[in-house]
Amino acid sequence: MQAAFAIIAALTLVSAIAAMSLRNLVHCALCLAVAFAGLAAMYLQLDAQFVGFAQVLVYIGAVAILVVFAILLTRSGQPVPHSVVSRSWIAGVAIAVLVFCVLTRVILSSSVSQRSLPAKPSPTVREIGNQLMTWYVLPLQVIGLLLTAATIGAVIIAMNERKSAGGDHRVTADQGHGHGHLAAPTGLNEGNATSIASETGSESPAHYPQPEREREVLAK
Amino acid sequence: MYLDIKYLWLIPALPLLAAGLIAVTRQPHRRFAAALAIGAMAISFILACFAFAGTLGRSSAATSFHETWNFNWFQIGENWFRLGWVLDPLAAVMLVMVTFVSLLIFIYSVGYMAHDENFTRFFCFLSLFAAAMLGVVIANNLLLLFMCWELVGLASYLLIGFWYQKPSAAAAAKKAFITTRIGDVVFFLGILWLYSQAGTLLFYDGGSGCLEQNALNELATRATIAGLAVSTGIGLLIFCGAIGKSGQVPLHVWLPDAMEGPTPVSALIHAATMVAAGVFLVARVYPLMSANGGEVSNWSPGIHVSALTVVAWVGAITAVFAACIAVAQTDIKRILAYSTVSQLGFMMLGLGVGGIAVGMFHLITHAFFKALLFLGAGSVIHGCHEEQDIRRMGGLKKYMPVTFATYAIGMMALSGVPLFFSGFWSKDGILEKAHEWSGSHWPATSSVLGVLFTPFHLGVFAALLTAFYMTRQVCYVFLGNYRANGHASAHAGEAHAGSNEPHESPRVMTWPLIILAAFAILLGFLGTPVWPWFQSYLNGIAPDFEFGRLFEGPVLFTLALSTFIVTAGVMLAWWLYGQKPIQSDEPDPLERIRPEIFGLLRRKFFIDEVYEVTVIRFNAWWARVCDGLDFWFWNGLVHAIGYLVVGLAWIDQVFDQFVINLGFDEGCKGAARGGKLLSRLQNGRVQDYLRVIGVALAVLVLVLIWGCRAS
Amino acid sequence: MPLHYYLIFSALLFAVGLAGALTRRNAILVLVGIELMLNAANLNFIAFWRYSPDPNAIQGILFVIFSIAIAAAEAAVGLALIISIYRHYKTTNLEKMDSLKG
Repeated sequence: MQAAFAIIAALTLVSAIAAMSLRNLVHCALCLAVAFAGLAAMYLQLDAQFVGFAQVLVYIGAVAILVVFAILLTRSGQPVPHSVVSRSWIAGVAIAVLVFCVLTRVILSSSVSQRSLPAKPSPTVREIGNQLMTWYVLPLQVIGLLLTAATIGAVIIAMNERKSAGGDHRVTADQGHGHGHLAAPTGLNEGNATSIASETGSESPAHYPQPEREREVLAK
Repeated sequence: MYLDIKYLWLIPALPLLAAGLIAVTRQPHRRFAAALAIGAMAISFILACFAFAGTLGRSSAATSFHETWNFNWFQIGENWFRLGWVLDPLAAVMLVMVTFVSLLIFIYSVGYMAHDENFTRFFCFLSLFAAAMLGVVIANNLLLLFMCWELVGLASYLLIGFWYQKPSAAAAAKKAFITTRIGDVVFFLGILWLYSQAGTLLFYDGGSGCLEQNALNELATRATIAGLAVSTGIGLLIFCGAIGKSGQVPLHVWLPDAMEGPTPVSALIHAATMVAAGVFLVARVYPLMSANGGEVSNWSPGIHVSALTVVAWVGAITAVFAACIAVAQTDIKRILAYSTVSQLGFMMLGLGVGGIAVGMFHLITHAFFKALLFLGAGSVIHGCHEEQDIRRMGGLKKYMPVTFATYAIGMMALSGVPLFFSGFWSKDGILEKAHEWSGSHWPATSSVLGVLFTPFHLGVFAALLTAFYMTRQVCYVFLGNYRANGHASAHAGEAHAGSNEPHESPRVMTWPLIILAAFAILLGFLGTPVWPWFQSYLNGIAPDFEFGRLFEGPVLFTLALSTFIVTAGVMLAWWLYGQKPIQSDEPDPLERIRPEIFGLLRRKFFIDEVYEVTVIRFNAWWARVCDGLDFWFWNGLVHAIGYLVVGLAWIDQVFDQFVINLGFDEGCKGAARGGKLLSRLQNGRVQDYLRVIGVALAVLVLVLIWGCRAS
Repeated sequence: MPLHYYLIFSALLFAVGLAGALTRRNAILVLVGIELMLNAANLNFIAFWRYSPDPNAIQGILFVIFSIAIAAAEAAVGLALIISIYRHYKTTNLEKMDSLKG
């Protein structure tokens, strides 16, 4: 148990540090996916299977891919001539260390941390669904609304400022979004809904720059 | 139709309104101004007649009759200070007289002032003057009376100094104002004293006024210094105001100088209003003056001294004094001015010895014939091209027949020519009362001088002089030859071009003369001993007609005496001046006989000079002392304070400049620097913000840890 | 296996994410650091849920599910912002994005 934890923790930490420190951003994104995966494993170890799978679907499947797309779209993949860290990086690291020390101090001084592991619970997906549809139905609706707003917002923010560019694409994209996120509240499975939303969110930046790119290519 | 007492205020208010409207009228609107003033005065006259008629019907009541209308003005402590107006025979007679004479003078002024560029201003002042005088007449409160009294003074100042371009006119105006102020200050002291003693200044207030029996009894029995009753003291103080206003000795000096004003003004001031105001004041507060405290006021054994004693003596002395001066004057208006002073003395004497009726009767008759004389003199002056010296007139009988006729009537009325002229009857009444008066016999027991020197004898002598100087004046002005031709080269040129002959005045000036002349004759028959209607009216008793009263002992005696005196005076003057035509360059006949006396009289007993060397020199000396004090002491003090302030200001300025200003600047710079410094935090870099958040998180946690541990 | 192992691991992960967010110039990596910190927090939730006296109450799991959803939305909007900024400034360098400075 402890060995498994140690391995997973080490893997996760190393990949997280790598994700934060490598020069090549694409590598960073890949290391990030590994770190997310390590975290998903840790969730499984903690008997939260549903969350673990949600982690895999949302983070690895959507957020990491989104990050990759963003890196590619902003051409951050190329190596930069200057340093990748800011000038006052030592201060940043020092602050991070300080925060870590403080947190550790708190954790170690707390009586909660000495708590022993209780019996293994058995939360079923059905139970989670029931809870979501009964007691947590209002937060669920709010989250749905938030995701809708975020999706529309992301589309609008990433939309090309020049009106002439990709008018048709925008219309189709809007329709696609509307469809995609209409499905979200209807789905029984929140993870599914989230993944759909994430997918559509990940699609939206992907749609727009493409014509722009083509145009730039054509211009060249 | 009677005027309701409620609306009595309209009588002075209308001329006041007219004055206000004329004041805002532009100069070219002469006709409008004159019409307004005369119209307002005419309406006032009509109203006054109604008021007078109202008193006629009720004067048969046994007690004297006062109709009053009082109202609250303001509150002092718990008491209301009340103002009001009163209508009684005294006020009614004065109202009619003042409005009527003023109306005639207004009409006359239209002609007299026709060429003056400040025509509208003149009528404004005239209306104001008349309004103030009417206010004095109807006031039922001594303070209200005083206010109107001062307004009269102001208006007279403005009118005497109407031709302010003339330095002599400006000086005369100042002199009149200041001289009367001296009396008024004392008058005001009297008012204050009265208020402190009686608690009210209302004359008649249904039994609680200060002139009614309750208050008088109290005032008369309260003693003050030297055994005088309080009422006597107050009466004397108030009389000082009358002395100033009515030109009694020793404050008479302003009155002759006031002749610098336009002649209608002289007529208005000297005949009807301002000088009469003093006499009227004494008549108004007569109950106070006559209140006799019995034992407490025993000054000398057997004689009760009340304020009236003083009034009588002052009046008698003034009458003789002014009459003496009038004998030797050469300015036609000055002669009349001194004559006025003399006649006012007669009125005071009448008030002092015989009561309201006697004095007021002379006041009324005098108002008419003196207005007549002044307007006549104005007509003469107008006709002689602004010449005022009687030595350069003469023979005007030919040139100005109407003026001569009316002037002669006035002169005879003033002199007291028997039987047909009002002055005779009114003066005769005064002399009769003076003869009966107990005070006239007072010094008789002690000395020979006392026999000759009583108010009665003084009055007789003054009457003689009056006849003398009036005859002299008429001889000079109207008889003989016109003497101005001898100086034609000097004077004719500056007068009207062409004819330098005297000319008769226009109708607008002669008609008032004729009307006044008629009254100068007729008024006398209202107050003869045979039918003393006027006296009865003022005293509130029914007049009766009894021819036999004329032949009672004292009446007959005075009638005979005054007839003799007048005849003597006229004959003497005729003998001196009328026998042969007076030559322009020869000295006055009287001067040939007794030059030293004549000189003394010519120079007005040197009163002005005496004042010059005493009062005025002392005043000047004192002013210089004050000036020196002002210059050396107060000035220095003020300068020292000034420099102190400047020094302080300099220090303050330095402080301001170098401490406050710089401090403020530094503060501002510091604030700006601080802002700049702080704005570096706001550098727009997300990571820096995040860094701060991280530090803040750590600090917060640490604080929480230590905070928990501490608790 | 005590709870504080997980907590300290989560704190480490948080510190790593924080360090990355504080030091990297690239805006995308800053966002990635923030995602890491969010994940560290999620791990805390799960750990606390697992070690709570009554793990059958599933509030912890539901909280994490909502958290993940919000993180997903945040990532979508944040990356869209970065793309928009890039289109405007032609850079993702955070040190050049300082037009909000005072």
